[in-house]
This record gives sequence, structure tokens and C-alpha cells, in this order.
Amino acid sequence: MALGEMHGEAIAGIVDRVIARYRRDSTCMVQILREVQEACDWIPPEAIDRIQSVLGVARAEIESVAGFYSFLYLRPRGQYRILFSDNITDRMQGSEALLEQLCRSLWVEPGKVSEDGLLSIDRTSCTGMCDQGPGMLVNNRAITRLTAARIEQIAELVRNRRPLSEWPAAFFDVADHIRRADILLDQTMQPGDALRAARERVPSDGLIASNMRSWREGLPSGIGGPAAMLDEIKRANLRGRGGAGFMTGLKWEACRNAPLKAGQQRIIVCNADEGEPGTFKDRVLLSSYADQVFEGMTAAAYAIGAQRGFLYLRGEYRYLLEALNATLSARRKANLLGRDILGIPGADFDIDIHLGAGAYVCGEESALIESLEGKRGTPRNRPPFPVTNGYLDQPTIVNNVETFAAVALIALKGGDWYASFGTRHSAGTKLLSVSGDCARPGIYEYPYGVTVRQVLEDCGASQTQAVQISGPSGICLSEAEFDRIIGFEDIPTAGALTIFDRSRDMFEVARAYVHFFQHESCGFCTPCRVGTSLLKKLMDKLHDRHGSPYDLGEIEKLNQLLQSMSHCGLGHTACNPVIDTIVRFKPAYEKRMVHDQFVPAFDLDRALSTARQMTGRDDSQAHLDVEQGRSA
Amino acid sequence: MSQTFTIDGRVIPFEIGQTVMQAASQAGIYIPHLCYHPAFKPNGSCKLCTVKVNGRQSASCTLRAQSGMVVESDTEEINAERRTLTQMLFVEGNHFCPSCEKSGHCQLQATAYHLGMMSPHFDHFFPDRAVDASHPDILLDFNRCILCSLCVQASREVDKKQVFALSGRGIGTHLIVNARSGRLADTDFSLADKAAQVCPVGVILKKRTGFAVPIGQRTYDQQPISAPGKVAEEIRHD
Ligand SMILES: Cc1cc2nc3c(=O)[nH]c(=O)nc-3n(C[C@H](O)[C@H](O)[C@H](O)COP(=O)(O)O)c2cc1C
Ligand code: SF4
Ligand code: SF4
Ligand code: FES
Repeated sequence: MALGEMHGEAIAGIVDRVIARYRRDSTCMVQILREVQEACDWIPPEAIDRIQSVLGVARAEIESVAGFYSFLYLRPRGQYRILFSDNITDRMQGSEALLEQLCRSLWVEPGKVSEDGLLSIDRTSCTGMCDQGPGMLVNNRAITRLTAARIEQIAELVRNRRPLSEWPAAFFDVADHIRRADILLDQTMQPGDALRAARERVPSDGLIASNMRSWREGLPSGIGGPAAMLDEIKRANLRGRGGAGFMTGLKWEACRNAPLKAGQQRIIVCNADEGEPGTFKDRVLLSSYADQVFEGMTAAAYAIGAQRGFLYLRGEYRYLLEALNATLSARRKANLLGRDILGIPGADFDIDIHLGAGAYVCGEESALIESLEGKRGTPRNRPPFPVTNGYLDQPTIVNNVETFAAVALIALKGGDWYASFGTRHSAGTKLLSVSGDCARPGIYEYPYGVTVRQVLEDCGASQTQAVQISGPSGICLSEAEFDRIIGFEDIPTAGALTIFDRSRDMFEVARAYVHFFQHESCGFCTPCRVGTSLLKKLMDKLHDRHGSPYDLGEIEKLNQLLQSMSHCGLGHTACNPVIDTIVRFKPAYEKRMVHDQFVPAFDLDRALSTARQMTGRDDSQAHLDVEQGRSA
Repeated sequence: MSQTFTIDGRVIPFEIGQTVMQAASQAGIYIPHLCYHPAFKPNGSCKLCTVKVNGRQSASCTLRAQSGMVVESDTEEINAERRTLTQMLFVEGNHFCPSCEKSGHCQLQATAYHLGMMSPHFDHFFPDRAVDASHPDILLDFNRCILCSLCVQASREVDKKQVFALSGRGIGTHLIVNARSGRLADTDFSLADKAAQVCPVGVILKKRTGFAVPIGQRTYDQQPISAPGKVAEEIRHD
């Protein structure tokens, strides 16, 4: 009993410390839960009791938030929580065999906690290490380049209960793999350069920050430092790099012009949720170009008059947190963050980092804001849009990491200069995260307008059958389309470019992507929650050789419904990989159309296997005729 | 001066700030809905109320009415999709209507009738959801929960209690109650709560009144869910 009490007291102590660090602010719930878990290995009921009593938030509310995120555990998952990255590229690199090897070695079943409670092994959505996979997370620390030998070492370390700090440092190496650099990656901007350039661009009126103006003033072009900054972005024709390609200047202007109610301020959010399988460019930007990204955010704050910024970092990139915080501290010391930045009166801006906890949908900007506010990551009803009613109902802009990196470059060199790169409708350059079947996976920066064929050549891809652009929610191309170009006039992309050679089965690629969407659906709306599950069942049914043309009709019907009725982009695009591959790789599906007529997914003979096992029979009489449903 | 838009050719007046659903109900036009309740902020999750405006589909319970909008609602195309949504809700949970005491009072069932749903079409998921009979006055049969959030809203906004919340994610989303034990008996829930009355299906059931109203004389036995007057009316249990 005494032990139990001490245990409870220890947990309460941990909770109190964490909550104090977050200034008893319940909008930081996701951060609080994540940090409590870092200390306790899970979120025990005693911790919830304590959060409930200290913050005055109902326990159902706390469990509701915790239950949403893949990396938050309301049941013990062991001291070592191992998650294998389960993108299709990890599978192509042998992740499944390695997972089995580790499970065998440590006597655990995937998805379950070991009998001694020491560890659990499971799968997780793409961890963003496709260029150096297979990858895994151990207690949210990324490990890359798994091999059979590495798995053996890991088994040994876990068995001996060695703390992660004693594991070989090489395990945790994450390489940048920059294979082609252009204007963005190939420059030597120093912290502050871009902000100083922006300030100096309009010497006549550059010393007043947007904060000091009334929003009613509007933004007559050409006057004022902040206005000039916005003008440069517009002149650059910068479009968002997160996928949708909205004009950044328009978004900023709308936010700048949104009225502020009493006590409100404008907010800048950098979207580093990077959950799209196959995308890892934002990881590279944050590991080697963090100053530039923060500088872009600060330039944005200067332009629209924001005082508060957030970097929403996906939980998978937890390992970057300390370095990013160090960069932020250095910038504060250099007066590039904080009050009167660069001596400009009223230019006050600072950045906090919020970590996600394993939910792809939190990349959707309104879901991201919900998560920032400490809630479940459910996309909001729109309108109103974040530019007028975002974080805590304040005017908010959400931009991708790469967008902010480009902003810094534009601040430094000007909009006209930037617009001279790329194509007419797609200014500048694009980072591509190249992975899959090629000799040199990694980051490639190209001016917009590059052909897919050029990329394939540069990365050493051969015998290419298909290229998936912009991840599962993007599009799948076959060889006939490799002369198409990357750009908003043809193929827009958030950055992933995943290559499949002729040895790959495109049906299995699509099936893996469907599993991803089903796993990541937030569950809020009926069409997506149930539709992605039905789609998964259909693909598994084809995989299990119960398919008939009837099932393709069903897939088409689900596609229609998800497109027209889903609440957000996840549901809208969830059928894309299947529809694209049906159109382009029909034989991969025809192979699975074993039946002419509908057959149920349910297999009577297999259903009897338990009965056979129990009765110890396996003679022909104990089996149903499996050929029954098969057409002649 | 009030403004107007049209639904299936009928002219509907509205006031600024009203949603298409609100204006339609006021004009006595039924748009199928399950997660909308006139007393609460629209939640927009079931998507049954989807209509087509200028070729684009949108949930009418969250869509603000605008002057001159041309809304299509009662068309075969949209009703077919709504029918599929009801089928999805039926197979996602365990809805054995003949043995459900909410039968005849249930909005999901009545909506399915309205839309002419003849079969579940999809394979049932048969989820494993335990019943909570711990509370003296109320039975919670999670098998029928359609995750509309109305009980969550009612408990929070009207009862000031927060007895209910949704947890989990995706197909694993589920209703939880505010107790460490997870049992309703260990919450401050009471029969008098608003949240005891809003469930459109047979999850939150008052004990010992199940068949007080005989089958044949129940809410939707008397009048279909689309009947004028039913539309904005609150759902009564007994
Ligand atoms: C399901 C879903 C996931 C998304 N994930 C991301 C993401 O990880 N990173 C990102 O920048 N944008 C993501 N987006 C797009 C964002 O909603 C938003 O458009 C973007 O952050 C805007 O920034 P940009 O204008 O700089 O592109 C996602 C959208 C959806 C629908
Ligand atoms: S489409 Fe999917 S992810 Fe988006 S809100 Fe609906 S259930 Fe959630
Ligand atoms: S219990 Fe009823 S009211 Fe509550 S979410 Fe489920 S269906 Fe809706
Ligand atoms: S009633 Fe509109 S989405 Fe449910």
C-alpha cells in the first residue's frame, strides 16, 4: 500500500513539474501528455487524476485527447516502445522481415506488450526516413538503416535493459543526402541577413513594425517595411510548398487585414507535420537550414504584424527538438527574436515548438490548429478560415517549412529575382524527396518545370514502372507520362517522389497506401471513417483472391462518395492510389479477378479451421469445397 | 428585407447568419440529418445533410446560406449517396433493429426508411462493444453509437457536466464517459440531464420504459421523419 502511494506521489510530482513548465495552460494538453509519458513510459490513470485536478479539465476530455494520437498510450506499452516505419519503401527495403526477426528474438508478438512488460513492437506510418530506411522509432528516437545485424544488436540492448543513451550513436545518425542544390539549398545566408535586407529595402519607412499600425490602414503597395516585405512575396509569385499551392501573398494579406478583437494577436504557424509517406524534405530543412526557416517565419511576422509563432513538429522528428530549441535561443540572444527585433520598435516576435504525437491528419491546417490548442486533431468546419479565425480564434497563417525557407530567400534577394526562376505559374524551385527504386535517394532541388524523366535520370533510376508523386494523396504516373513536368501547371507536389521499378506489384503499392489512409483517418466524418475501412476490406479481399469485377465497381462507388462527401482532404484523396493504379496498371488488378461473379470476402472453409484444430481433424471431409465459388 | 435562395427550385427566405439547414427547416423542408440538432452548434460529422451547391457538395448544417444560392437536395443522385452513408452507419455498429427498444423512435432507422434503404449492402463490421448497465436509471448500449457528439454537446453545454467524450481515432473512435472506471454509474450523470434525451439512436436508454409505447404507435410509426413539423422538433424518448 505504501508503495502504491509513493508511486502515486511520484507521478503527481512529474505531472506538477510538467504542468508548471507549461504555465498551467490547458491549451498545451498534447505537450503535457507527451512529456508526462516521456517520464512515465505511458499515461497512467494517476497522471490523469492529477492533470484533472490541477488544470480542472474533465478526465473524459483528457482521455479523449490522449486517445486520438498514435504515440500517446493510455495502457502500458513497455519501457522500450519500438515502432517500425511502415511506408511501402520501408517494406521494399525489407522492414517486414526485420520486424519478424526482432519479434522472434525478443519473444513478442507485433502489437502486443511482452509478457514481462519490458517492451512492445509495432508498426507506425512513414517516419520520413525513406532515403535511409528501413527505419524505426524507439521511444520516439529515430533509428535508420536497419539491417539484420543492427536488429540483433538492438535485441541484445533491449534484453540487457540498456538505456537509449548507451546505444551506439551511429544508430541514430540521420543523413541529409542533398543530391542536387539550387538557389535555396546552395546559399550561405547568415542569421539575420534576410531580415536586415528586408528592413533596408525601404529606408524611408522601414522602422515601424506592422504591430504598430492599425489594420484598417490596409497595405498600399510600396510603402513601409512590412508592406514592402509583403510586396516582395507577391512579386515573387510565391505559392505554398505544402501541396495545395495557395498564393502565399494573398494568404498573408488576408491575415494582415483580418480585424483583431481586444486582446488578440496575429499568429504564424510553420507546418512541420510532414506526414505524407515518402516526404522528408522538411526534415532536412529543419536539421540543416533551421535558421533560414525561423528567419522566414520572422519575416512573415514582420509583414503581417504577428507576435507569436509556432513550429508544429511531427512527433517522429522529436530527435530534432533540442537542436531546434538551441537555434531559437541563439536567435533570441542575437535579437533576431524577442522584443524590438533588429532594433525595430514594436517588432516583437517569438517562436514556440509544439510536438505532434503521431497523427497524419494534423498536417491539415485546421486540424493542426486544434492540436496546437491541445485538442483532438479534427479538421474544423470552414469557413471561417484560419487567416481570420485560427489559433484561439485569432488571425493565423499556416505555411509549410519550405515556404518559409523560400520566404527568407525572397527577403534577402527580392521578389523579382526569385520569380526569374521556375516557370510562369510556378516561380522558384522545389525540393523533391526522392526514394524507392533508384541508386541515389535523397533531396533534389530543381527549378519548377523539371520533367519527371530528368529526375529519374539524375537519381539513377532504371527499369522504372511507376512514379508516385506527392505521396499517396498525390498521383501515380506510368512510363508514358514521364515527360510531364513538376509545377502547378501540370503536377503539383508537396515533394515526395517515390519510384517503383518493374519488379514491383502496383496493386500491393496501392493496398499499402489504402491501409495508411484507413489508419490515419481521424474518424470524425462518416464517409471517410467508414469508407476508408470498407476500401481497405475490398483491397484485402482482392489480395486474398476473393475478387471479382463487382469489387472494382464498389471501389469506384466509394471513390465518388469519399470525393464528394468527406470533410477534409484526407478523405477526398483516400481512393486516389487505387483509382490511379487501376487506370494505369490494370493487369495487376485483373490478376486478382479470380472470379467472374461476386464472391463474399468471408471464407467458410477458413472459418472452420478453429473447429478442425479443436477436433484434431484435417481429412477431406472436414473441409468445404474451396473450389465451389470459382468459375469454370 | 429578407434574402432568398432556392432548394430544388423552391424559394427559401433566410436571415444573415443562418445555415442552409436552418433556413430549410424553418420553411418546412426536410434535409436528412443525424448529427444536427437545432439546440446545438452544428457539428458537421455525419454528412447525411450534404447538398449540392453550384456543382459542389457541402454539408447543409454548417453551410451558411447566401443570397441567390441554387441548392439541390432531394435528387436521386444525392439521396443515393445519403443511402450509402446510412448503410455505412448500419454496418459500422451493431444495429439489430427488431430487438432494439429504440426501434420506431430511432432517427437512423427512420432516415433509412426515408431514403429507401433496403439492405445493409456492405459486410457488417461486428465491432465488439460492451454494454454499460451500471447506472440505476440509464443503460448505455454502445453498439448503436453513430458518433454524432450530441450527448457530448448536451452534457457540456446544457448540463455543465462533461459526462461524455469521443476518444480513439478513425474506425476506433468511440464514446467514453467521465470516470476512471469507465462506468456511467461512477459519473454524475442523471436521468434529468439534457444528454439523456438527445441520442438519435438507441445508445442512451432510459431503463424500465423500453416498450411503454407499443410498436406501431411510436414516433416514426405515426409519421415519417420527413413529415412537416417533425423537422425542427426535438426528439422525445418516451
Ligand atoms: C490530410 C492533410 C495533411 C496535410 N499535411 C501537411 C503537412 O504535413 N505539411 C504541410 O505543409 N501541409 C500539409 N497539408 C496542407 C495544409 O493543410 C496547408 O495547406 C499547408 O500547410 C499550407 O501551407 P503552404 O501554403 O505553405 O503550402 C495537409 C493537408 C491535408 C488535407
Ligand atoms: S475526411 Fe477523414 S480525416 Fe478528414 S475529417 Fe473526415 S474522417 Fe477526418
Ligand atoms: S451516444 Fe448517441 S448521442 Fe452520443 S454520440 Fe453516440 S449516437 Fe450520438
Ligand atoms: S447533419 Fe449535417 S453533417 Fe450531420
